[in-house]
Amino acid sequence: MSENYKDMWKNLGLKLVPHDALLEVLGKGYEDIYLTQNNRPESMAYFNFVMSEIHGLRIKELLDEKAAGRKVIGSFCVFVPEEIVRAADATLVGLCTGADFATEEVDKLLPRNTCSLIKSAFGFKLGKVCPYIESADMIVGENTCDGKKKSYEILKNLVPNLYVMDLPQMKSDEGKALLKAEYLRFKEAVEKLTGISIDVTRLKKGIDIVNNKRKAIHRLSDLRKADPSPISGLDALLANQVYFYDDPIRFTGSVNKICDELKKRIEKKEGVFPKGTPRILLSGCPMAVPNWKLPWIIETSGAVIVGEESCVGERGTRNLTDDSGNTVDELMEAIINRYFKVDCAIFTPNPDRLDHIVEMVEKYQANGVVHYGLQFCQPYLMESMPVEKALEEKNIPTLRIDTDYSMEDVGQLKTRVEAFVELLK
Amino acid sequence: MRYAGIDIGSRTIELVVLRDGEIIESRQADSGFDPMTQAKELLAGVEHDHIIATGYGRHLFELSFDALTVTEIKAYAVGVSALFPGVRTILDIGGQDSKAIAVNDKGKAIKFEMNDRCAAGTGKFMEIMANTLGYSIDEFGKEALKATKDIQISSMCTVFAESEVTSLLARGEKPQEIALGLHRSIVRRAVAMLKRVSIKEAIVFAGGVARNSCMHHLLEEALEKNILVPENPQAMGAFGAALLAGGIC
Repeated sequence: MSENYKDMWKNLGLKLVPHDALLEVLGKGYEDIYLTQNNRPESMAYFNFVMSEIHGLRIKELLDEKAAGRKVIGSFCVFVPEEIVRAADATLVGLCTGADFATEEVDKLLPRNTCSLIKSAFGFKLGKVCPYIESADMIVGENTCDGKKKSYEILKNLVPNLYVMDLPQMKSDEGKALLKAEYLRFKEAVEKLTGISIDVTRLKKGIDIVNNKRKAIHRLSDLRKADPSPISGLDALLANQVYFYDDPIRFTGSVNKICDELKKRIEKKEGVFPKGTPRILLSGCPMAVPNWKLPWIIETSGAVIVGEESCVGERGTRNLTDDSGNTVDELMEAIINRYFKVDCAIFTPNPDRLDHIVEMVEKYQANGVVHYGLQFCQPYLMESMPVEKALEEKNIPTLRIDTDYSMEDVGQLKTRVEAFVELLK
Repeated sequence: MRYAGIDIGSRTIELVVLRDGEIIESRQADSGFDPMTQAKELLAGVEHDHIIATGYGRHLFELSFDALTVTEIKAYAVGVSALFPGVRTILDIGGQDSKAIAVNDKGKAIKFEMNDRCAAGTGKFMEIMANTLGYSIDEFGKEALKATKDIQISSMCTVFAESEVTSLLARGEKPQEIALGLHRSIVRRAVAMLKRVSIKEAIVFAGGVARNSCMHHLLEEALEKNILVPENPQAMGAFGAALLAGGIC
């Protein structure tokens, strides 16, 4: 495919040689981790196609949309309200992160003890290998953790169109007022960017598109309650990852198609792993494409992942936006209410997250929890020990993992995960 | 029937063969740079009906010899519990990993902690430190026990600790006292790990580093508890794997 897109990439300002190398590594990783899985649902073929075209056809589509006058907005966080973006006929895409890239360049700008996710986002920008960031008309940086917040001060010098959104840190009335003010300011910024005035009809349409996407993921999650699990955690994670890139309407249809197939599998008691395989709930930091290291280790160690308590997972997709309002104010209020419930670890205190983990363990009948903390991610690492303690008090076995995007700790991680799976048996 | 367990560690390979629950063969070799060839040599002439591999080289062994595998954590829990039926806590410090394991009354691991990628405070660290002080690994613990003064060593990273040791030597501190300081720093780390997992008695200290009598002494002192050490602490993984191969546990 690369030949067909070379000009497109060149016009976007990508560096072709490292970009080719990246695609090769990505393709190889996908092949080794995804295509070697047994009993994959046939309808995952769509996601194979999406992955093979993630820097190709999807970018062409975005550029075609831009040519037709629509805008592309890039984001790093589930707090950027997609409903508002859709209401203005714009497209929201997740920006590249999930793999180490151009690390020497990154080290010139960021301290070494910065988490992999932030370093990676900078690496893709500095290495000029992310077609999404280069296609974006607006890049939204959000004040979540200190690492991201401060790094946007540096990113501002690298991109012409950074918009910084402030976020509350406490679930108080004042916190909610801040979120409201920021979402209203964002709506105005999107209106200014697109030249579209967001009215009730548009906002309802935006909510409808995003809610349908969430409903499809909810349906997929619900089917994972079955034992044997009809889909691997890796494949379900992939669907949650592609959620951030794909055309939302097409994505919704494709996920629903997978669900139809999974329903039939469950009726026939078919699964990806044998019945009785230990079931793991993955909880913690987000995993962007191609950060598949830990799920891959878990699912090649005799366990199956049945849920993701993560931004790329249920933290991001939980709760629909109420679309019953009749005015823009009412609908905006509904959007604010929906996002204010997100139980991100930047909030203090953050008791909802623990409740959600326990709820998910019960819902998906998980035998244990693997807590994934990205090294140097203070908010989630700080929460990991109290979470572990609280879960163990409820007799839910928990394994705390602190890792990054590198592969140097795979051997030790494998021993820890295998030993954890052994004690679940 | 003969059941074998092989523990392919980062520094050594142990092999234990059981017949009717009794150890009939116990061998050891260095892992070297080609552990599979070493394992093959170690197995030469050894008869067995089933074999289970453990240790960091278990998956390579699984591919080469078509054997089942278990983690060192399970193998140590099983092996140590068979020798010490009342054990509740195991500390295993090997060549590149250290592990604290809590076991229940059935000898099953119920919780564990393990160092991540860094080999700080493991056998490899001790080897390098002993070398810096001019001791063999066997002398290292014995000499440390002769120290009369406490020196605080703060670095756990091999590279930093080595330069800290060099500067202490340059300051005129005695090697024995520096050796004690190094042992104390490893014990502090091990005790912190144990406290996160369990310090319920009986506590057993195993793995290659358990052969070091200074470590044993300092651990007992720090925890104010009696700590048991198997006669052959390095072979516990292979012994546990052999028991598992026989379906005894």
